[in-house]
Amino acid sequence: MSLKIDQDHSRFRNIVRGRIRQNLRKYISQGELIGRKGKDLVSIPIPQIEIPRFRYSDRQQGGAGQGDGNPGDPVGGDQGDEQGEGGRKAGEGAGEHVLEVDVTLDELAAILGEELELPDIRDKGKSKIINEKDRYTGIRRVGPESLRHFRRTYREALKRQISMGSYSADRPIVVPIPDDKRFRSWKTQAEPVANAVIIYMMDVSGSMGDEQKEIVRIESFWIDTWLQRQYKGLESRYIIHDAVAREVDRETFFHTRESGGTMISSAYKLCAQLIDDHYPPEEWNIYPFHFSDGDNWSMDDTLHCVELLKQKVLPRVNMFAYGQVESPYGSGQFIKDLRDHFSKDERVITSEIRDKDAIVGSIKEFLGKGA
Amino acid sequence: MSEFALRTALPQYLRVEQEKIQKLAAAQGLDFFPIVFEILTYDQMNEIAAYMGFPNRFPHWRFGMEYERLAKSYEYGLSKIYEMVINNNPSYAYLLEGNSLVDQKLVMAHVCGHVDFFKNNYAFRSTDLDTGGKTTDPASRPKDYDPNRRWIDKMANHGARIRRHVARQGINKVEEFIDHCLSLENLIDPHAPFKGTRATKDPDVEEKATEIPRLRSKDYMESFINPEEYLEQQRQKIEAEKEKEKKFPARPERDVLKFLLDHAPLDRWEHDVLEVVREEAYYFQPQIQTKIMNEGWASYWHSKLMTEKILDASEIIDYADHAAGVLATSRGQLNPYKLGIELFRHIEERWDRGQFGKEWEDCDDLAAKKNWNLRLGLGKKKIFEVRALYNDITFIDEFLTPDFVRDHKMFSYQWSNRNERYEIETREFKAVKEKLLFQLTNGGNPFIYVEDANFENRGELLLRHDHQGLDLRADWAREVLRSLVRIWKRPVNLTTHVEAKPVMMRYDGREHTTRHLRRE
Repeated sequence: MSLKIDQDHSRFRNIVRGRIRQNLRKYISQGELIGRKGKDLVSIPIPQIEIPRFRYSDRQQGGAGQGDGNPGDPVGGDQGDEQGEGGRKAGEGAGEHVLEVDVTLDELAAILGEELELPDIRDKGKSKIINEKDRYTGIRRVGPESLRHFRRTYREALKRQISMGSYSADRPIVVPIPDDKRFRSWKTQAEPVANAVIIYMMDVSGSMGDEQKEIVRIESFWIDTWLQRQYKGLESRYIIHDAVAREVDRETFFHTRESGGTMISSAYKLCAQLIDDHYPPEEWNIYPFHFSDGDNWSMDDTLHCVELLKQKVLPRVNMFAYGQVESPYGSGQFIKDLRDHFSKDERVITSEIRDKDAIVGSIKEFLGKGA
Repeated sequence: MSEFALRTALPQYLRVEQEKIQKLAAAQGLDFFPIVFEILTYDQMNEIAAYMGFPNRFPHWRFGMEYERLAKSYEYGLSKIYEMVINNNPSYAYLLEGNSLVDQKLVMAHVCGHVDFFKNNYAFRSTDLDTGGKTTDPASRPKDYDPNRRWIDKMANHGARIRRHVARQGINKVEEFIDHCLSLENLIDPHAPFKGTRATKDPDVEEKATEIPRLRSKDYMESFINPEEYLEQQRQKIEAEKEKEKKFPARPERDVLKFLLDHAPLDRWEHDVLEVVREEAYYFQPQIQTKIMNEGWASYWHSKLMTEKILDASEIIDYADHAAGVLATSRGQLNPYKLGIELFRHIEERWDRGQFGKEWEDCDDLAAKKNWNLRLGLGKKKIFEVRALYNDITFIDEFLTPDFVRDHKMFSYQWSNRNERYEIETREFKAVKEKLLFQLTNGGNPFIYVEDANFENRGELLLRHDHQGLDLRADWAREVLRSLVRIWKRPVNLTTHVEAKPVMMRYDGREHTTRHLRRE
């Protein structure tokens, strides 16, 4: 009597995965998952996968009930079929059921990667940073059933039965008792691991409105999620700038709105400084992302930016990504300038993000090259 | 004994209780198969429940989904399965590990009721194996009735059969086909097990000499009014008409699955899969047909045994708390446990007091009716009879009384388009009863028949939905047509009504069409 539910369950999960994949663009651009993030698990509501039958349409049917109330009073809730007791259902109820499925962020990132055909990113050299990993190498007398070592368990049982004289070669039946059980056990091993840092920079001048920031927020969430899958230790740093740049925490990054002029070079300068101080390129994979509406203070500053990128940033990073979010106020000039100067440089990737629907395409533009 | 059974065998102190409870139940007249209790952790319980009580069934993701739902529902504290029992001889029943002793005793008493019901209710006779349907007549039941109901083995065999096909065809192919079969799962004939084997040739269709209607004439005018050529012409016309009417099937077939098994161009493995799905659908049929009675009967007995015989003073509170939970009517919905137990009690009281028969029916005096008591004491005998011979529909039809509907605050409800919600419609007896019966009829499923397997002489399948006031859910109906085409391998048509207009839905393998029909 072995239970087969694991197989059936995992096939169900695969079907769910397929559903998520179908609707991935919707989930991604809605941004509602970000709020749901709790411990590495996200719950995704998907319509209950039901097996269609010839059935009456729900709304017409009605039924009989029991309880207080007068004609015209609402009958509470939808038609539930949950019983406190008993394994059987009382005739399926009406109404749409929504199934919440838990998916790890890791799995979601995998789906995202497959769907967008993102390449696995090559590590840039192993660093001295050490990660711990469990390997199953040993045997113990106690442990969870799932780790039971069948062969060793039966060997123990056989040994015991022979020594007790209860084993008969004519009726070779071996019945293990709890003491016979043996389990696999693990040892923790240290392993060098590649690390990565994302440096997010955002223009927070007045023209970057809530909607623009929402786009940046969603896009950076998915970039984070994807890169987290590629690297064991992923750090994120946040820089906001108008005419001057400063480093902030994630919360502030997405919620500050400043006004006044825009000097993009200030952000790039700070970015270079961060790398200098904390992230030696031989140990770190470095991904600076800059989002703005493309309005810079002056052509001079733009040239200054180009200079900074060429000298200080590009030589040390895996790639440099610039995302230009469309805003009604910006001139959108900066992306053109970057393209003029870096069209041949594979390390620089630019992407225009018109609206939320464009996020998925933009992620693909940024990460599709694999850097 | 298998490892699984070893781990789940009942501990000694519960075995003692089981013996005690079974003795008490038997003394009350309950007559059950031997019962094997196993004790499960909650995740084992969820696994078993996902398989509807069977430790081994055919592989399909639907069970995995059910497991996910149960596990989550337990995790969130929304529900907990206390007991499960399967209709098998011997019956297997499962207790949840870690429940209090009172709960376990209650469940054991409850299970005795279920198993008595499985053994004695007529509807379950159709689950007897190897009898060729001979024991479906309750009157013919032998004294030492000990039917083969090794469904636990049969289901396991079904699993093995399908796994064999999976090994050859691949899981995706087989599972996809099972999806289609499950879409048709409810297209069976609940009465089929009780119809006996039908004569292969229908005597009604016996060939008759073709009679040609003649125009009326006086004898001497005959050869002028009905000349030879005219008669010959008529004869040919009638014959052509007859040829057209030679329909297949000769009469509408309600067991669509059987029809497909017999006549659809299925590969052997496909045939086997469909056969498994059909057999299992029939196994679950009696439980669908007797949900209210079965739960009512089990609740009636656990309640009686617990309160009169089993409980000691220290357990009363816990018991009452639990019992109240089980019998609660939540959100205004009908609780089959509650409805069933109260109806059984109602019947028992009426037959104890002689509140039945012509004299009772004819009595118009309210006060007299209220105090009517002939002290007949026939209640217990009556409810045992009812449990053997009725199903939910006949049970409600015969024993639901206006008093009962009033006392138990029953109502019918209806969707309100204006307020976008279900609303109480009325508390009027006749309406409530009608709604309830409609809900139960055919397990709440629409009536679908195979009308013609050679529709328009093109080998297409024509199904008919016998429209009884409710439309089909259209998007699902389209999906089911798709499944039917997968199995029939030719276009499939369905006549039904949409918003009071007759329509023909059609799927030809590529696209769905719906066209309006002229009113017949």
